[in-house]
Amino acid sequence: MGFKNFCFKKSLWVFHFGGASCNNCDIEILDCLTPKHDLERFGILLVGSIRHADVLLVNGSINMKDKNRLLEIYNQAPRPILVVAIGACGCTGGLFADSITFAGPVDKIIPVDAYIPGCPPKPEAIIGGIVKLVNKK
Amino acid sequence: MGKKTLIPIGPYHPLQEEPELFKLFCDGEIVKDIKWETGYNHRSIEKLSESKTYDQVFFLVERICGICSTSHPFAFANAVEEIAGVEITDRAKYIRSFIGELERIHSHLLWVGLAGHFLGYNTVFMWAWKYREPVLDLFEMITGNRNSYAMFRVGGVRRDIENNKIPVIRKILADVKKKTDLLTGAVMDDPVIHARTKGVGILTKQDVIDYAAVGPTARASGVAIDIRKDDPYAAYPLVNWKVITAEEGDVFAKAQVRLLEMYESISIIEQCLSGLEKTKEGDINVVVKEIPEGSGAGRAEAPRGEVFHYVVSDGSNSPARHKIRAPSYVNIATFKKSCIGQTIADATISLAAVDPCYCCTERLAVAYDQKSGRKIWNAKDLIDLSTGKTSELKKNLIQLK
Repeated sequence: MGFKNFCFKKSLWVFHFGGASCNNCDIEILDCLTPKHDLERFGILLVGSIRHADVLLVNGSINMKDKNRLLEIYNQAPRPILVVAIGACGCTGGLFADSITFAGPVDKIIPVDAYIPGCPPKPEAIIGGIVKLVNKK
Repeated sequence: MGKKTLIPIGPYHPLQEEPELFKLFCDGEIVKDIKWETGYNHRSIEKLSESKTYDQVFFLVERICGICSTSHPFAFANAVEEIAGVEITDRAKYIRSFIGELERIHSHLLWVGLAGHFLGYNTVFMWAWKYREPVLDLFEMITGNRNSYAMFRVGGVRRDIENNKIPVIRKILADVKKKTDLLTGAVMDDPVIHARTKGVGILTKQDVIDYAAVGPTARASGVAIDIRKDDPYAAYPLVNWKVITAEEGDVFAKAQVRLLEMYESISIIEQCLSGLEKTKEGDINVVVKEIPEGSGAGRAEAPRGEVFHYVVSDGSNSPARHKIRAPSYVNIATFKKSCIGQTIADATISLAAVDPCYCCTERLAVAYDQKSGRKIWNAKDLIDLSTGKTSELKKNLIQLK
């Protein structure tokens, strides 16, 4: 077991960055934490600061105003950090890839470890994606 | 007055699920002034809409806002049908209203939960979101997706609700109603919620009229404004219901209005289901061959207030101009009245009380100029740009003469 594996072995703390999104992915992420899915029983917790986080969830197409802020947040993150792009907009830009304020999908700006497609992805898909990611590492 | 301290909330604050920046200028604990900055969510939807066909625009406007993702297609369909002069079938009307009201239930439950979260009362958050799940499951059963339903098209709806599904829907609704009773009882009688929300963030009737607020924000201050009654569309004239209002204008009144509106929504849905049973299955579409030249305005009552869409058609297969105004755009301005003079802790719940939805509200705030680098376009620049264009047009007109 390497150091990185050791870091991700137990409770994952998650920071959520909502880019230029339509709110759908945001509420589905919150939905993962509420009683039906209840991720907190596995120690997965939404935290208020990136400096406490192990995982950075990014959703929404990134526009010009968000771009530098996303970079800044990524640079503030303690290493190792996992980045997960959520939703069609986070993965490719989706419907908004032709938008005049679009500044590139998430992986053009910061390295991404996992993609969870869907518009919006179901909570089950989000949980599945994170489980896959943790098992792979 | 002493020195003012700036307290920023956002843009990526754990309390908010959307990016926006509030600047609270405080003197001690009291908020003296508030400014807000949006633009983190801008996706140039009106521009994108001009490059898509009428059928595709429905998928685009649905993604303006994920929570009220039916109200935007609703208003757009109303606008386009006004241009084309189409009258949709009764069954399509019932299905449209059904989806619209179900969305109102899910959105109001979501708000009650988030309001609890803003108060630091996470039990309410967890409860409300737990009771919201059956509504989302119902959506998945009917439309195939939990959030963006893709039910609307010009001249009707895309999918039918089969009559054999209606008993199951009724059963789920009865369950939702029982849970809503429980939640309403718990929220209305809770002394903690009373203490935190009564007399907080008051908007008087005059404030609401001055700021042209819409939706539950206005109705909680005694202004009975509701597009479903004022400018009836879809099946709303065919069913019985009443506009819920409250007089106090504080956060508690807003919660009260939203919770009681859910009962009205459930009643409308039940009447829509009886309407569906009376109409012929499969009769959901009127074929619209082409959209003639002209312009149309469509309005719909979203969970947050009036959604307004204005569409100009040049006779081609995509809109020539598409203007959108979402309810939060006017409701956010009431922060100037509701938050100032409150403590910081009360200001956050006053901000949340209008159920603001920033992804609906975005306007272009930053433009990128390659020569000089980044440039912020403030109001003066935009006015200069607009007046400059007008004077140029005038000059050209004079030359033409």
